[in-house]
Amino acid sequence: MQVPILKQGPYLIASVQAALRDADLIALRNALTEQVGTYRSRGVIVDVTAMDVLDSFACRTLSEIASMIRLRGAQTVIVGIQPEVAFSMVQLGLKLEGVATVLDLEEGLKYMERRTKRMDHGRYGK
Amino acid sequence: MSAARKVTRRPGAEGGTADVFPELVAHVRKNRTRLREEWAHRITEADMLTVMTEEEIATETTSIYDNYVNVLETGDVEAMEAYARNLSERIIPRGVETDEVIGIVLLLRDVLLRSLLEQSQCRLDLLSRMLDAFEPAARRITVTVAAGFVHERERIIRQQQDAIRELSTPVLPVREGLLILPIVGVIDPQRARQLTQQLLRGIRANRAKVVVIDITGVPSINSTVANHLVLTVEAARLLGAAAIVTGLSPEIAQTLVTIGVDLSKMNTVCDLREGIEEADRTLGFRVTRMDDSIDQEKGR
Amino acid sequence: MAVTGNEVRVLIKSDEDILAARQEGRELGVRLGFGPSDLAVIATSISELARNLLLYAKNGSIICWPINKEPRKGIVIQAEDEGPGIPDVEAVLKDGYSTSGGLGLGLPGVRRMMDEFAIVSHPGRGTTVTAIKWKE
Repeated sequence: MQVPILKQGPYLIASVQAALRDADLIALRNALTEQVGTYRSRGVIVDVTAMDVLDSFACRTLSEIASMIRLRGAQTVIVGIQPEVAFSMVQLGLKLEGVATVLDLEEGLKYMERRTKRMDHGRYGK
Repeated sequence: MSAARKVTRRPGAEGGTADVFPELVAHVRKNRTRLREEWAHRITEADMLTVMTEEEIATETTSIYDNYVNVLETGDVEAMEAYARNLSERIIPRGVETDEVIGIVLLLRDVLLRSLLEQSQCRLDLLSRMLDAFEPAARRITVTVAAGFVHERERIIRQQQDAIRELSTPVLPVREGLLILPIVGVIDPQRARQLTQQLLRGIRANRAKVVVIDITGVPSINSTVANHLVLTVEAARLLGAAAIVTGLSPEIAQTLVTIGVDLSKMNTVCDLREGIEEADRTLGFRVTRMDDSIDQEKGR
Repeated sequence: MAVTGNEVRVLIKSDEDILAARQEGRELGVRLGFGPSDLAVIATSISELARNLLLYAKNGSIICWPINKEPRKGIVIQAEDEGPGIPDVEAVLKDGYSTSGGLGLGLPGVRRMMDEFAIVSHPGRGTTVTAIKWKE
C-alpha cells in the first residue's frame, strides 16, 4: 500500500493509512527524500496514528527518514504514536532517539512552525 | 465386585429413571405450595438468609423451586445458571455468604428427598429408582448455584481490585498541558503496568506536554520497577510529553545508582514544587502573586 | 502445555507474511480477551520473531495458540525454522547483538515484552523460539 503524501504549504504530510509492508516503508522513505527537494519543503510530518505496530524495521526506517530529511535541509516530526504502541516500542528498546515526536497532526504543525521560525531567525539574523 | 455392581445398576439407571422422572416431576409440582412453604420454614428455622424479609424469601424460594423443577424435568441447567447469577448479584451486596446459599439449596434437596421417601411408601425399588433419577440432577443444581455464586463474588472482587488500582494512581490535569501523577505506596510490577497505561492514556486524552511524576510517597523501589519507570518516561516522550520525576528519597537515589539504572535521560528535580515550577517554565507559564503585581502597578 | 485448539499458523516467506502473521496473532489475542496494551505487545513480538525468521532462516512459520494453565490463561507465540540454527543462544539474548546489520534488538526485546521465553536451537537443523503472554 502506497502512503499518500500531501503538500501543505511549506510542509509535506505523509499519513500512513494502515499497517505497512517493509517495501512500502522504504518506498515512503525514498518518496519523502525526493519530494522534499522537489517542493523545497521546510519540514516533513509523518502521521503514524493508523499503525498498530512499530517494530525494529519501522523504527529504523523512521530514523532514516529523519536523518535523510535533515541532510536535505528540512525537519522531520513523527506524530500520532499510540500509547500502547509507544510502550511496546520502548520495551523493545526502540526509542527513536534523535527523532522529534509529538502527539498528533495538530501538534506536528505547531512544532514545524516553531522550528522553522527559529531557523529563519537564525538564518537571517533577525 | 465393582464390575458386578455396575452390571446390576446400569439397567436400573437407564430404563428405570426414564419411567420415574415424569412421576417425580409431577409429584414435586403437585406439592409445590406445601413443599415450598416447608422449605422456607426450614430456612428461617436454620437462621439462614437473615438479611432478607419474609416476603423476599417467599419470592426467591418460589423462583428457585420452579427452576429446580425445571431442571429435573428438562435436565437443562441454563435457566438455573442465569437465575443463580442474577440472584447472586442481588444478594451478595447484602452480605449473604457462600455457606448460606449452598445451605438453602441443600435444604431444598432435603425437603424434596423426604417427600419422595413418603411418596414411595417405603417401596425400596421405587425409592431407589427415584433416587437414581433425582440425585444427579440435585447434585448438578447445587454445583450450578454454588459456582454461579462464587463466580459472581470473584467478578465483584476483580471489579473492586480494578477500582482500587485505578484510584491508587490518579492522573491529575493541573493546567493546560500539564499532568501530575502522584504515586503513593509500594509499586509492584502489576501496579507499575497500570500506572504506565494510565499515564500514557492521560497524556493523549489531556494533550499533555509535560508530566510530573512525584514519587515522594514511594518507600522503596527495585530494579524492575525502576527500569519500568525509565521506559515510561521514554514512552511519554514518544507521545510528545516531557517527564519530570520528583521526590526521589535518599534511599531510592542510592538504590538506583547502586543497581545501575540509567537515569541520565530522566529529568529529576528535588520536590513536587520544583517539579511544577520547572514544568511551568517548559510550558511558558509564569506564576505571580496578585499582591505583587498590584504593588508593581502602583509603583509604576 | 495444553493445546486447546484454535491454533493459527502463518508461513513466513516474504515481508508481506509478517503483516499477515501479526494480524492473525492479534485477532487471536482479541478472541482471548487481551487488552490493547497486551495486543500491541503480542503484535510487536510476532513482528520481530517473523522478521528474524526472514533474516536468519529465509523462511519459517509463526504459530500462535491459546494456553490454559489454571488459574492463568494466555497466548503462546512460536517461531520455528529449519535454518542454520543459533550457535550461541546466550549471545543473541544480549542487547545489541546482531549478525545481519543493525536489527539486533529482536530477541532480547521480545523476551522483555513477553512473560515467558525460551529458545531451542540445533545448529544446522533449525531454531524454535517460544514465548508466552499471560492475561493480566
